[in-house]
Amino acid sequence: MNVERKSGEIVRYEFSTRLNHWIVAISFILLALSGLALFHPALFWLTTLFGGGPWTRILHPFLGLVMVLAFAFLAVKLWRYNVLEPRDRQWLRQIDDVLDNREENLPDVGRYNAGQKLLFYAIVLCLLGLFASGIVMWRAYFAFPVEVIRFASLLHAVCALVLICAIVVHIYAAIWVKGSMRAMTRGTVSPGWAWKHHRAWFREVEGIERK
Amino acid sequence: MALQSLDIIRRSATTLPEPQARGAHTGQVAKLIDVTKCIGCKACQVACMEWNDLRDEIGTCTGHYDNPHDLSDQSWTLMRFAEYENPKGDLEWLIRKDGCMHCADPGCLKACPSPGAIVQYANGIVDFHEENCIGCGYCITGCPFNIPRISKKDHKAYKCTLCSDRVAVGLEPACVKTCPTGAIVFGTKEDMQQHAAERIEDLKSRGFEQAGLYDPEGVGGTHVMYVLHHADQPQLYSGLPEKPKISAMVGLWKGVGKPLGLFAILATAAVGFLHYLRVGRNETDERDEEAARRELEKTP
Repeated sequence: MNVERKSGEIVRYEFSTRLNHWIVAISFILLALSGLALFHPALFWLTTLFGGGPWTRILHPFLGLVMVLAFAFLAVKLWRYNVLEPRDRQWLRQIDDVLDNREENLPDVGRYNAGQKLLFYAIVLCLLGLFASGIVMWRAYFAFPVEVIRFASLLHAVCALVLICAIVVHIYAAIWVKGSMRAMTRGTVSPGWAWKHHRAWFREVEGIERK
Repeated sequence: MALQSLDIIRRSATTLPEPQARGAHTGQVAKLIDVTKCIGCKACQVACMEWNDLRDEIGTCTGHYDNPHDLSDQSWTLMRFAEYENPKGDLEWLIRKDGCMHCADPGCLKACPSPGAIVQYANGIVDFHEENCIGCGYCITGCPFNIPRISKKDHKAYKCTLCSDRVAVGLEPACVKTCPTGAIVFGTKEDMQQHAAERIEDLKSRGFEQAGLYDPEGVGGTHVMYVLHHADQPQLYSGLPEKPKISAMVGLWKGVGKPLGLFAILATAAVGFLHYLRVGRNETDERDEEAARRELEKTP
């Protein structure tokens, strides 16, 4: 990712990545709302947001295609930063330090920490499961044997729930680690933020030799 | 739903009781189809079309007597013809009138996500209320008998209503009324079981040792029952399932999965909130900016 300096800021996400992320994010929110509406009776009222039950049923799979396609671009772009490294193991071992904001005890972190990487793979797996099972469940255009559809329905629900929980963690992490949100809205982080949370990446983008 | 329903004992995607002041105090109803008496005339199919104002497309011959070749949104009942060569080498023509079994524990209703699209009346009839149907097809996924069909025109699910509109005003279903051999009878479930028992006794005396009643327990019993000559091999009758029950996968998905799923989401959010309360935000302060500046200055 090319590094531009905007009044001392470090660019973390270019415009195209940010746009890509928000297409995924908005389609995810709409999918979660419409999906949960059809998952639990207590949430059926959410179908009103989409123009009623039949419209929810019609729109959900198309929104799913948008999310899967948009996420595919994002995943291709970000895959190389999410490859697990030996130092990720140490980070995970010190998860207590992570949760208690004792980052000074942790090994240097690259562009993404181990938690972010695991979340990335969780999303990849869930979306693969959701896409495959969603196609099977899409009766308007596809016909599969009923046993396959039953399995797909269960898989779809499991993947969706894991994904929603993962995204709750993702959103909370963005609130928790102050300054993260701006990376995905305005695209930049402060040098101090990069130094504190992703020191190896900070040194890499700034061309600083490892000590 | 022309008549006010005050006798709904179960309603899809609904957690509180529905109006059920009216019970079925004289017993639940059942249709008994005596396969051993059926001559395959298809009068029941015609009566069903007539009463329900259904007209299926004229199809093509697929090499057997089934016509149309499958149930559809316009064909709620269908005679399925099976040719069976028994161990003695004789040919038996096993003709089964297929259609909704009106399960006591309906898989369609369990799977349906739309409140009130599927209801079960006190008398045992399972009915689709198409005005609430969203066309997702979960009822088909849930059904152990492969009965509901979604219309290509309006994307609503349809199936046999057991002529709930006729039964509600004290008439028998149209197929029962028309059956020329008396192979289809209708009454209280108890009476039908009794009638079946007599028929089975008669069949046994005629050499059909395995004659019996098909009222599968796996779905809590059904409100459409069969008298079969070979009750030990129901699959001979065009694949009538031997031990039908709601699929375990549907049970997980629409049973424990629902509350567990919502709980998992809420618990995750709650853990985040607690973390925020206890530890708070991880902020970057001036010292971090200073440290970053120092490193930057060191670089050539």
